[in-house]
Amino acid sequence: MPEESGRKGWLASLPNDSVAKTLVVAIGLCLVCSVIVSATAVALKPLQERNATLARKIQILKVAGLMEQGGDVDTLFAQVETRIIDFDSDRFTDAVDPETYDQRKASKDPATSIRVPPEEDIASIQRRARYAPVYLVRDNGEIQTIIVPIHGYGLWSTMYGFLALEGDARTVKGITFYEDGETPGLGGEINNPRWQAHWEGKTVYDESGTERLQVIKGTPSAGSPEAIYQVDGLSGATLTANGVNFTIRYWMGEEGFGPFLAWLRDGGDMS
Amino acid sequence: MSNSNRKVLFEPVIDNNPITLQVLGICSALAVTTQLSTSVVMCVAVIAVLAVANLSVSVIRNHMPTNIRMIVQMVIIASLVIVVDQVLKAYAYDISKKLSVFVGLIITNCIVMGRTEAFASSNKPWPSLLDGIGHGLGYSAILLSVAVVRELFGSGKLFGHEVLPLVTEGGWYNPNGLMLLAPSAFFLIGLIIWAIRAWKPAQVEKREYQIKVVHRTEAI
Repeated sequence: MPEESGRKGWLASLPNDSVAKTLVVAIGLCLVCSVIVSATAVALKPLQERNATLARKIQILKVAGLMEQGGDVDTLFAQVETRIIDFDSDRFTDAVDPETYDQRKASKDPATSIRVPPEEDIASIQRRARYAPVYLVRDNGEIQTIIVPIHGYGLWSTMYGFLALEGDARTVKGITFYEDGETPGLGGEINNPRWQAHWEGKTVYDESGTERLQVIKGTPSAGSPEAIYQVDGLSGATLTANGVNFTIRYWMGEEGFGPFLAWLRDGGDMS
Repeated sequence: MSNSNRKVLFEPVIDNNPITLQVLGICSALAVTTQLSTSVVMCVAVIAVLAVANLSVSVIRNHMPTNIRMIVQMVIIASLVIVVDQVLKAYAYDISKKLSVFVGLIITNCIVMGRTEAFASSNKPWPSLLDGIGHGLGYSAILLSVAVVRELFGSGKLFGHEVLPLVTEGGWYNPNGLMLLAPSAFFLIGLIIWAIRAWKPAQVEKREYQIKVVHRTEAI
């Protein structure tokens, strides 16, 4: 360690177990280690943030079906419009900057989030941020895709993902999870593109606006009128599937994006 | 490289393996071995931490106050692990997300502290560095063997590439779900220990007790 070599003569003369030497070694070591740790953290931070942003953008593009092999993520992402929703008014807000808003951080801070009452907290998220980002893809001003962030507790930990809806704010375009701790091969299959593909074209709300979408056990029977609301189950992962169901129900419901989506269905965005 | 140094480097791979002989570091061996790619990154991280921790502890070993010896080692190890974690987040983002807390848990991996305490605090820097790398290699050998079996039979893949086409993907292989759960790593490590000890009986520990049949006549 460099701090020792400079003062070796004086330091070497101290017995190792003396109080002075103990203090010198302890303080010296802490200084060196803290410098190394903070230097690494500071030096690598831009790269890490870039990675995190890139990963999020890739997920959004994928779930919206806009990801192209070898395409530049930032160029592709330029067609996505990021807006912020205020859950109090269920409308767009400009209160925070969409570029820098961090929903996850905000949901931990009492000033920017609310505690979800236990009886409403079906997705076990405990706190919900007041604002949430939504990502819109437009064609000639008309909304083609609405992508909303969702999260909820699975079997082992909170699963974070995105749900993409068609411009009608009723039909699922895609779903993806970008962070979860589910058992690989069982609940972890929520990451499997083939399972995620089952969501495509399913309907979230029925005619009366009630949230109906859910993962069932087994495969929905083809002729059943219910099939449009049902997604193939994950065998061996009932608890993860329950977690996904509760997550969808919460975020598509009254406390989540439900009223906002209803407003979009009524043409709110056009006015 | 002298003979003794070579021994320090290679002995931990089989003859004095940290997992199979010393039975340390089992926790992460269970947790990260469902996929080969995560295991490889974990191995590299552990080798790096072990080597540098051993080296650092060895460099300051003559100035180490006995009463804060372990805390000093812990601070060095913890700092190194944070650095490794940060580097992974910057350069191997996807894998670091999969490894999640297990990189941080290298701090509590008994192999690391075991080596700094047992070897580096009483040996010169160069052999200590080799000892760290050697034990990292020993750890890696077991981790990778377990990961190959678990990923191959659990999901029919190696490094994420399909090897055994799964029934669910239209192939013929019905994956063994147990392989994806932690207990399978226990069984596999147990089998590896058995195999190594059958091959090298010197590693078999002496029994701590033995049931003796006492004949009636002897008892009287």
